[in-house]
Amino acid sequence: MALLDVDGINAFYGNIHALRDVSLSVDDGEIVTLIGANGAGKTTTLNCISGLVRPRSGTVKLAGEDLAKVQPHHIVERGVVQVPEGRRTFARLTVDENLRMGGFTLTSEANLRDGISRAYDMFPRLKERRSQTGGTLSGGEQQMLAIGRALMVSPRVLLLDEPSMGLAPTLVESIFETISSIHAQGTSILLVEQNALMALNVAGRGYVLQSGQIILSDTAANLAANEQVRQAYLGEI
Amino acid sequence: MYARVMERITDVAIAGVLWGFRIAVVLLVVVGSALTLGGGRHSAESWLSLIVSGAVLGSIYALIALGYTMVYGILRLINFAHGEIFMAGTFGGYFVATALSGIGFLNLNPITSIISVVLMMAGAIVVSVTLALLVERIAYRPLRNAPRLVPLISAIGASFFLQYTFRGFFGPGIYAYPTVGILDAQVPLGIEGFRVKWIDVLVIVSAVVMMAGLFLFVQRTKLGTSIRAVSEDKATAALMGIDVNRAIVMTFAIGAAMAGAAGVLYGLIFRQVYFFTGFVPGIKAFTAAVLGGIGNIPGAMLGGIFLGQVEGVGPTLFLSGLGVPSPNQLRDVIAFTMLVLVLIFRPSGILGERVAQRA
Repeated sequence: MALLDVDGINAFYGNIHALRDVSLSVDDGEIVTLIGANGAGKTTTLNCISGLVRPRSGTVKLAGEDLAKVQPHHIVERGVVQVPEGRRTFARLTVDENLRMGGFTLTSEANLRDGISRAYDMFPRLKERRSQTGGTLSGGEQQMLAIGRALMVSPRVLLLDEPSMGLAPTLVESIFETISSIHAQGTSILLVEQNALMALNVAGRGYVLQSGQIILSDTAANLAANEQVRQAYLGEI
Repeated sequence: MYARVMERITDVAIAGVLWGFRIAVVLLVVVGSALTLGGGRHSAESWLSLIVSGAVLGSIYALIALGYTMVYGILRLINFAHGEIFMAGTFGGYFVATALSGIGFLNLNPITSIISVVLMMAGAIVVSVTLALLVERIAYRPLRNAPRLVPLISAIGASFFLQYTFRGFFGPGIYAYPTVGILDAQVPLGIEGFRVKWIDVLVIVSAVVMMAGLFLFVQRTKLGTSIRAVSEDKATAALMGIDVNRAIVMTFAIGAAMAGAAGVLYGLIFRQVYFFTGFVPGIKAFTAAVLGGIGNIPGAMLGGIFLGQVEGVGPTLFLSGLGVPSPNQLRDVIAFTMLVLVLIFRPSGILGERVAQRA
């Protein structure tokens, strides 16, 4: 049984059919990537998993348990945490407060402190800026904060939405290194990316989403070698 | 060509009128204050008394304003029913006081009086919070994702609904608030001509305590921080595991609790309550919230205190030197002139961000 199992979901925005029978799964300990062009439905897929968007049909299951009626904040409690597109750190909260909000579902102050110190170990830059507000951070620092914030609760499945978006190439590389090390510590990851090359590099398997439909699913190596993928997403002619 | 010239002339004319308005207000304030102070007709003691009365009014405005500003901060909604939540609290305190007075507890001795005031506040808070949560659940939550004008209209409807429900139950007449003897006594300061009653002390001290408590709650606790997070970005707050509805309900409850407490204080000072009691203080507190920068908690506190002083000291300071008879009759004119001035010249308020950007 897959840890996270999305089965045949259909989602709509008004009359727009955003997802058509999308199915994907993430096994325990895997990195799975979901690649596709802008507007293909990648973020919608993640939001269906997080409960912000409710699919009209199909199921989202975590370890066999249906999440259809589970509120978004309870989905976090069950260990599925999303780092949203564009980072969305709280601009008026300090770095410390942002991390505390990431650990909102933790009940003990000790766990909270522990999570914060893990985040600062992972990203020493954040520690230097702990009492600055989120709005004053650079894009790269905000991405670190967004990831650190999501890791506060030690998620079982981490959903990453375009973590490399808008970052300088050197920062992109270090963010992907971070993703690999989070995975190495045992977190399962569903990685949504436009940067297909980097994503297929770190992932074990991948899915290609186009106009709301999964058109390909294979191991990352096979996808990276696939003619269609190379033409459409890896910028080769 | 003609149209463009006319447009240009209109622009210049509007700018001229605005500047004229600005200069006229500044002149009125400066000349009026100079004449008043130069005339020396008011003693230092009487100024002190005016400042205290301004602080008392300002404390009440600030307590009510916090409810407007917190709800605006989290939902971008002007909760027009908030004045009625305050009125309901005043009624709640009234009924507790009447009951306690009926059994002879209210003015038995100073200790029972203090207990009575605490019970009145508790009763008022229960009534206000209950009502505010009902309004949120029935009139606002179903419209959470509607265009912003829709819940605003619903808020105006809720305001009228509450006013006329109270009128239906309690009639149009004015109820006299029971007197708490010890609060009407003078504080023995020993300064000739400067009189402060214990009720003034109670109002100012309880407002300061509640505001300090609120500030610490919002800044230092996890739940308070979650309210700030939800105010900034609801979807992301939900992704952090924050129960967005609970944060919103908590915001309404805190605002209503402070309005309820303010209602009892208001009743004890002005000695009356009826179904329309919430209207003017509600609008004034809204003015205070806008003055301070709507959505900004310290701003609402500052705006309330400031408006109280403008109303308390302003009429005498600005107008009595100009020979205006009984200037205190004009305190509402001054208060609402302030609102208009702020909206024209600094719509973001004293501490606020630009409202237009957030809207």
